[in-house]
Amino acid sequence: MTPFTYARANDAGDALRLGAMQGAKYLGGGTNLVDLMRETIERPVMLVDITGLPHGIEERPDGGLMIGAAARNTAVAAHRAVRRHYPVLARAISSGASAQIRNMATVGGNLLQRTRCAYFYDDEGSRCNKREPGQGCDALQGFNRDHAILGASSNCVATHPSDMCVALAALGAIVHLRSAEGERSMPLTDLHRLPEDHPELDTLLAPGELITAIELPPLAFAARSTYRKVRDRASYAFALVSVAGALDLDDAGAIRDVRLALGGVAHKPWRAWKAEAALRGQQATFENFRAAAEEELAGAQALRDNGFKIELAKRTIAAVLGELKEMP
Amino acid sequence: MTISINGSPVAIPDDPRVSLLEFLREHLHLFGAKKGCNQGACGACTVLLDDERILSCLTLAVQCEGRSVTTVEGLASQEGLHPLQQAFIEHDGFQCGYCTPGQICSAIGMAGELKRGVPSHVTRDLVADGIELSHDELRERMSGNLCRCGAYNGIASAIATTCGPDVERSPA
Repeated sequence: MTPFTYARANDAGDALRLGAMQGAKYLGGGTNLVDLMRETIERPVMLVDITGLPHGIEERPDGGLMIGAAARNTAVAAHRAVRRHYPVLARAISSGASAQIRNMATVGGNLLQRTRCAYFYDDEGSRCNKREPGQGCDALQGFNRDHAILGASSNCVATHPSDMCVALAALGAIVHLRSAEGERSMPLTDLHRLPEDHPELDTLLAPGELITAIELPPLAFAARSTYRKVRDRASYAFALVSVAGALDLDDAGAIRDVRLALGGVAHKPWRAWKAEAALRGQQATFENFRAAAEEELAGAQALRDNGFKIELAKRTIAAVLGELKEMP
Repeated sequence: MTISINGSPVAIPDDPRVSLLEFLREHLHLFGAKKGCNQGACGACTVLLDDERILSCLTLAVQCEGRSVTTVEGLASQEGLHPLQQAFIEHDGFQCGYCTPGQICSAIGMAGELKRGVPSHVTRDLVADGIELSHDELRERMSGNLCRCGAYNGIASAIATTCGPDVERSPA
C-alpha cells in the first residue's frame, strides 16, 4: 500500500470537508477498497472513514424504506421490513460474498464496488482502460468468460459485481447524495455508467460527492419477488448471470406489472426495461416469459468465451418469472 | 486510542496501513488468525469484532479503535477450552489446522447471526421466526471459510453439535 493518512468523519459535513481533499477517498467496510489499495490499484492519499455516518433503516409512512448508506449489508438483509416487503433485496444480499464480508460491507460501498475483471486487477501484466485510461483492454481478446454481453464498448467489457444493486435496480431504488453544492438524488439505474469511451468512470458521482442513503419506494407487489444467481459454485462466487424479479398478476392471471434486472451481464446493474414493457398486460405464460427475455437480449453481443451467458440469461429470466408466478 | 484485544486494551498502530491481521500477528504475536490469501477469499483470518465475524485481512487496525476484538486465543477460559474448540478435537475438525482458528471464530459469529434471525442464501422462509441449522444452512453460512485439507465433514459436525440455535454457548 502507498502511504495515506486516516481520518474519521463524525457527520456528513465533516466527511465532505475531509473528502474534498485531492486524492481523498471515503472508506466504508473496506472489503473492496483495502484489497485494491494493497494491489496499489487504488492509491488514495487520505482515507475518510465514514462508517460512523447514519446507518439506520427507517420505515417511511408511505411504506417505503430509507437505508442509511453506512448500514451493513447483513443489517439490511436481516431487517424485518426488508425480508417481508422486499424479499428480493434480502435474497440478493444473502447471495453475495461471504457472511464475514457482508458483516463488514456497507450499502454505500456496495454500490461503489469496482469490477472483478482479472485484467483490471493485474496491474503488472495486463492492459486495462479502466485502470489506465487509453492503455487498451486485454479482456477483449483474452479469457472473457465472465465478461459483459450487454452495453459493453470496444474499450471495456467488464461487469459490475454487485448482487445487491441488481435487486435495487429492480425495486426502483433512489440514491441520495450530498456534496458541497447541496443534496440531490437519482434513480440507482442512473448512478452507474456504461463504459463507452470512459470505462475509468464507474458512476456519475462528482469528486467528493457522498452517498448518504438509499431509498426504497413503496412497491406492494415486491412481496412477490426473488433473486436467482447462477455461478460456478454453490456459494461465495460472483454471478455468471443473475436475475432480480417481482411480479404482479391480476385475478385473470395477466401481468399487471413486473420488475426485472440482470446482474453479471453488463458494466452496470441492468434493468430489463424492454422485457418489462413486453410483459405488461400479457398472460403469465412460459411462452411470453421467453419472448420477453428474447427481446431484452436481442442486442446482446458475445465475446470469445461468454456466448453461453446469452442463453443462460434468457433461461434464468424465464425461470425466475415462472417461480414468481407459482408463489402463493 | 486503543483496541480491546481479548479483553486487554492495546494502543492502535501509528501506521494506518497496518491491517488488523498484521497487527495481531506481527505486533501482538497472536498467531491464531492466519494470513491465507490476504485478499478476502479464504476466511483463515476471521476474528470477532464486537462479537461479529469479520475478515481481519481487509480491516485496517485503525478502524477498530474503541472496539473489541476476540481472536481464537481469547476463547478458552479458566475452566478449559471453548466448547467449539473441544468439539473440533472430538470430531476431527482439522488436519493441518491452518484454517481452524478462522473456522472456529466464524462459527461462533454464525451462531450469533442465527440467534438474531439473519437469513442466508438457502433460507426458504424469510419471515419465519427461528432458523434451523440444517445441513444446507450450516454449509452455506460457513462458505466463507475454506479448508484445503478438505476436513469439511468433521468441521460441519463439530459446529452442528455446538452452534445450533438450541445449544447454549458460553460467552466468547
